Amino acid sequence: MNAETGVLIQLDGAPHLLAPGTSLAALLDQLGHAPASVGTAVNGSFVARALRQDRVLQAGDDVLLFQPIVGG
Amino acid sequence: MSTGTPAQPSASQAADPWSVAGINLTSRFLLGTAGYPSPQVLRQAIAASGTQIVTVGLRRVLAAGGDNGFVAIVREALSERGARLLPNTAGCRSAREAIELARMARELYDTPWLKLEVIGDEHSLQPDPVELVEAARQLVREGFVVWPYCTDDLVTCRRLLDAGCAVLMPWGAPIGSGQGLLNPFALRTLRERLPTATLIVDAGLGAPSHAAQAMELGFDAVLLNSAVAQARDPVGMAHGFRLAVEAGRAGWRSGVMARQDFAVPSTPVSGQPVLLGGPP
Repeated sequence: MNAETGVLIQLDGAPHLLAPGTSLAALLDQLGHAPASVGTAVNGSFVARALRQDRVLQAGDDVLLFQPIVGG
Repeated sequence: MSTGTPAQPSASQAADPWSVAGINLTSRFLLGTAGYPSPQVLRQAIAASGTQIVTVGLRRVLAAGGDNGFVAIVREALSERGARLLPNTAGCRSAREAIELARMARELYDTPWLKLEVIGDEHSLQPDPVELVEAARQLVREGFVVWPYCTDDLVTCRRLLDAGCAVLMPWGAPIGSGQGLLNPFALRTLRERLPTATLIVDAGLGAPSHAAQAMELGFDAVLLNSAVAQARDPVGMAHGFRLAVEAGRAGWRSGVMARQDFAVPSTPVSGQPVLLGGPP
């Protein structure tokens, strides 16, 4: 897979190359994140856990992952 | 999320409960979980505070590692004590950002409770009233129980209540500043003009006396983080704040005496000279 055959997205601010047809759920699996351990947003909009499987990532998509932290 | 054996309230707390969205509470001390020297100290501070609500947040998963076990400690402590999580939207600068983060927080933390923060100034971290009200309206429509972090502006507070917010959380002073109640007049005005609203002073408290002062004004609770986390002895300070919140509440309920411009003797002498004879 290369830049010509893959799908280039932004993942947490850095370029990331995916195989065509990769879903958001599959991306999390590749990264080793348990589904319930992170929150996901694509292009600034929240994507619910139940909808990640159907969200196929496109070139230029901006994917952000969020985790629980302490806070005030 | 609330499981486990509830923390035991004092007799005065048990006799003076309050509630939010149908959830009964006895502690009037909400505690933030950021900035503690270790997960163990955080756990002990939660226990010493007697709190039933702690705040948590969300952040982007960047290349850096996890949170060093803090969140796990928070979840364990709450599970043991039967307390609840109140996720915040810290870092959000617009209604849209806050709304998206809120939806994520609800999924990750499995609660509709939300401390809504929409910041309008990087230096003071002052809430943006326009974005805050817009976000509150939308989130209430989506079923969130919204706890907005706001300024002490009466009109903005009214807009937030009209939007359906469960409580109001006006600042005492800028977040993390430890300055106490910078504008007690405005806070007192909120209490007087919004007599049925649940009011919680959030942000800027530094010493237990600040918390007592807020409670003596008639506020229903206080929320603080840095004052405990940054104390030399966070666990001792958490206990101190717990006592101060109870003391201030007792003062409010008991009716603090009116201020006088001049001295009013407390010992009922007759006004005549005590040792030397003759009229004054």
